Amino acid sequence: MQIVFSRSLLALASACAFAVSGIHAQEITGAGATFPAPLYAKWASEYNKLTGVKVNYQSIGSGGGIKQIDSKTVDFGASDMPQTDDVLKSKGQVQFPTVIGGVVPILNVTGIAPGQLKMTGQLLGDIYLGKVTRWNDPAIKAINPGVNLPDTAIAQVRRADGSGTTFVFTNYLSKVSPDWKAKVGEGTAVNWPVGAGGKGNEGVAAFVARLPNSIGYVEYSYVKQNKLTYALVQNAAGNFVKPEDDTFKAAAAGADWAKSFYQILTNQPGKDAWPITSATFILMHAKQDKPANGTETLKFFNWAYANGEKSAADLDYVPMPAAAVAAIQKSWGEIKDASGKAIPFK
Amino acid sequence: MSTNALLASRQARFASRKRVNMVAIALAMAAMAFGLFWLFWILFETVRLGIDGLTFATLTQMTPPPNEDGGLANAIYGSFLMVTLATLVGAPVGVMAGIYLAEFDSKSWLAETTRFVNDILLSAPSIVIGLFVYSVVVSRFKSFSGYAGVVALALIVIPVVIRTTEDMLRLVPAGLREAAYALGAPKWKVIASITMKAARAGVLTGVLLAVARIAGETAPLLFTALSNQFWTSSLSEPMASLPVTIFKFAMSPYENWQKLAWAGVFLITLAVLGLNIVARVLTRQKS
Amino acid sequence: MNPSLAPKRARSGPLVDQIFGILAKSAALLTLALLAAILLSLTVSAWPAIHKYGLSFLTSTVWDPVQEDFGGLVMIYGTVATSLIALLIAVPVSFGIALFLTELSPAWLKRPLGTAIELLAAVPSIVYGMWGLLVFGPVLATYVQTPLQTAFAGVPYLGAFVSGPPVGIGILSAGIILAIMIIPFISAVMRDVFEVTPPMLKESAYGLGATTWEVVSRVVLPYTKTGVIGGIMLGLGRAIGETMAVTFVIGNFNQLDSLSLFQAANSITSALANEFAEAGEGLHQAALMYLGLVLFFITFVILSLSKILLAQLRKGEGTKT
Repeated sequence: MQIVFSRSLLALASACAFAVSGIHAQEITGAGATFPAPLYAKWASEYNKLTGVKVNYQSIGSGGGIKQIDSKTVDFGASDMPQTDDVLKSKGQVQFPTVIGGVVPILNVTGIAPGQLKMTGQLLGDIYLGKVTRWNDPAIKAINPGVNLPDTAIAQVRRADGSGTTFVFTNYLSKVSPDWKAKVGEGTAVNWPVGAGGKGNEGVAAFVARLPNSIGYVEYSYVKQNKLTYALVQNAAGNFVKPEDDTFKAAAAGADWAKSFYQILTNQPGKDAWPITSATFILMHAKQDKPANGTETLKFFNWAYANGEKSAADLDYVPMPAAAVAAIQKSWGEIKDASGKAIPFK
Repeated sequence: MSTNALLASRQARFASRKRVNMVAIALAMAAMAFGLFWLFWILFETVRLGIDGLTFATLTQMTPPPNEDGGLANAIYGSFLMVTLATLVGAPVGVMAGIYLAEFDSKSWLAETTRFVNDILLSAPSIVIGLFVYSVVVSRFKSFSGYAGVVALALIVIPVVIRTTEDMLRLVPAGLREAAYALGAPKWKVIASITMKAARAGVLTGVLLAVARIAGETAPLLFTALSNQFWTSSLSEPMASLPVTIFKFAMSPYENWQKLAWAGVFLITLAVLGLNIVARVLTRQKS
Repeated sequence: MNPSLAPKRARSGPLVDQIFGILAKSAALLTLALLAAILLSLTVSAWPAIHKYGLSFLTSTVWDPVQEDFGGLVMIYGTVATSLIALLIAVPVSFGIALFLTELSPAWLKRPLGTAIELLAAVPSIVYGMWGLLVFGPVLATYVQTPLQTAFAGVPYLGAFVSGPPVGIGILSAGIILAIMIIPFISAVMRDVFEVTPPMLKESAYGLGATTWEVVSRVVLPYTKTGVIGGIMLGLGRAIGETMAVTFVIGNFNQLDSLSLFQAANSITSALANEFAEAGEGLHQAALMYLGLVLFFITFVILSLSKILLAQLRKGEGTKT
């Protein structure tokens, strides 16, 4: 017993020593938005099989991504909320978009099928302000004649954590509801007047799936994966559109990526545009303390732009248009090492 | 008062005492059933949802992206590594401090304060420990790492081991110590060879309970070791662990991830249970 | 006896003794240093919030990250309310379980049942959270909350407590799940101290004709009150510091609109877990760290109260023989 014990202790200690010494394969760490997390995980897995490089992305929320890249604890941050060019300059960072997706209102009301209920931005704002409290409110009935709405209380669900998805949603609400803009405003975390908080896109999806008479908002791929009931939303042109690849693309069509990457794609003109669309961004420091890591990061995304379209489409994200990719690659010239030389990415 | 009335009143009192007793017994049984009910419900769900996710692949393959096949190997290894190292670091410190509290100057100001402080640390929410390690280790070294995770877990092990070590050492009869002193043994030898040997099983139980505790901890690892999609054996990189991976997978909408999450839950519960049972067997052997 | 051996042994003793003593003492000092370091680190990080709000932080219910205005009452209330509910449920149940296991259960059943209850402690807290949200919540909503709401509708004070949306999340849910989580701790401690009660005491009482209940309540409980209170404090500490289970089911709602138990709320640990990752380096993070300090303070108060309580109880006893 004594001998077995001390031998196993020895074995344990040597295993740990082995681990502590560590054999390094090239590894990049990134953190941020939950919005693109499934896609980045897939890309990272494929890239690893091809090159052996590990790109470890962890979804901690857009706010977390911004904070961690500011603290330089990660090689790149990810956020659905773009930073203005002034802020970027003052922080010494650059940003570039990777894919485009849509934020979709979801609901759980008996008798209402996916894509059956119509919503306007104003109405969504009123629901989340607590002004419209029941499903058979005249405001909802007015735009949904013929739909059987029950006389039940609306259970609003929103994000508990700091989220780019929240930013996109509240940015949209601020644009279409002056009341919302005045009372709550936009941001990755806001002072929600009503609503239970779910953790991550997943938490909101889980809440809405379980709570009867609930309404929430999630990124589109979660809608498809969870087979949730989504609503149609009226866009700036006045049409009630369905959330799908084509309507996201239509919203992104108007963006001038060559001018600046700071583009917010909510409430875009265009008859087919989905009104709550957003790109998701990568943040890196312009001056790389670890140029090798910076190079590997850029190489990864370069590969993703060229080869990652199928995976993106499989998971219901819209890849960036070719012109945008060219502009992005040009902007990578801004990322330099300590000597001032642009780091390579090919 | 007539003898009959006296007898009647005494019988009435006895009857009422008996009734109170019956009610108390019934309530105690109900409490037991209540506790068992929750246990069975939760364990049933854990086993039901976890067992078919547990295949050989689960134990050998890496955590996959959504909708692909994979396993939990890197998470299992990461948890194993960090828990083991945290115990190797924390248990000796805890045992030594426990020895100090039980054997040296037990009533001194330092000992009383240490006991009180230890009680506070025992109840400290593990997330605060995680935040502390984040600001001291992660921010300072500018990277999430397995080391930070080990530090956070070790800080949770130490108070548990101190408490159990001191309690176990106190149970050793004074006569044993005094006999050793009478034979002329120096203090350190009395403690190391006599007292500790007598309390060995109890101290080991304490260490095992601490291990069981940190094996299931999620919050302290969230901001320290972060997590890792890939296999890593290097502690200076972010490291996957079972609880954090379960947390990530469980709430996702992807079926393969949810299945793996429940399988992971099943594994942790099994491991923690096993440790608890071993700890009990040890205490029973000695007593 | 060989004269050269004796002096060698005598000389090595005191030095090793000294080193051993120093090691042990430093380990104890390390514990103190640890708590000091944690408190210092928290205070330094929380300083912007402490400086701005002072003690008014504890009474303000505003939590607005956009406007950068924070107050901790919502989270403090959530932590205290859920822990109180957990204690209200767990203490009687644990007492009943300990009673059953020590006095009523047949000997062959004791160990399996005891182990079974302790298995509740083996379940990781994240499982409680998941199970609570996905399995228990809906059941609570349908079978407990809705009937309670219809039963108490219109009743002046009680009605307010059950008024919120009956969706299975909120303070009541979190309180019940916390209760289940701390039952194994409290009952294990209670059972251990009940078992070390000298059999002589119990048998004397039985010999005088006392019923089981009387023996437990009037002999065992007073004898073991130190351990019992210690166990309750242990459970309370666990309930207050629990993060994962609470964050899934408490609803993460940073407002205190009503006293309803069905209302979504927030606890200190849940707020930390959800918001720390993205709290900006400024006031938001400082406010969260301030909450962490408050949590430590609450733990400190509870521990001090229990020590004072125990000292008072001991004063009432006679001297031990």
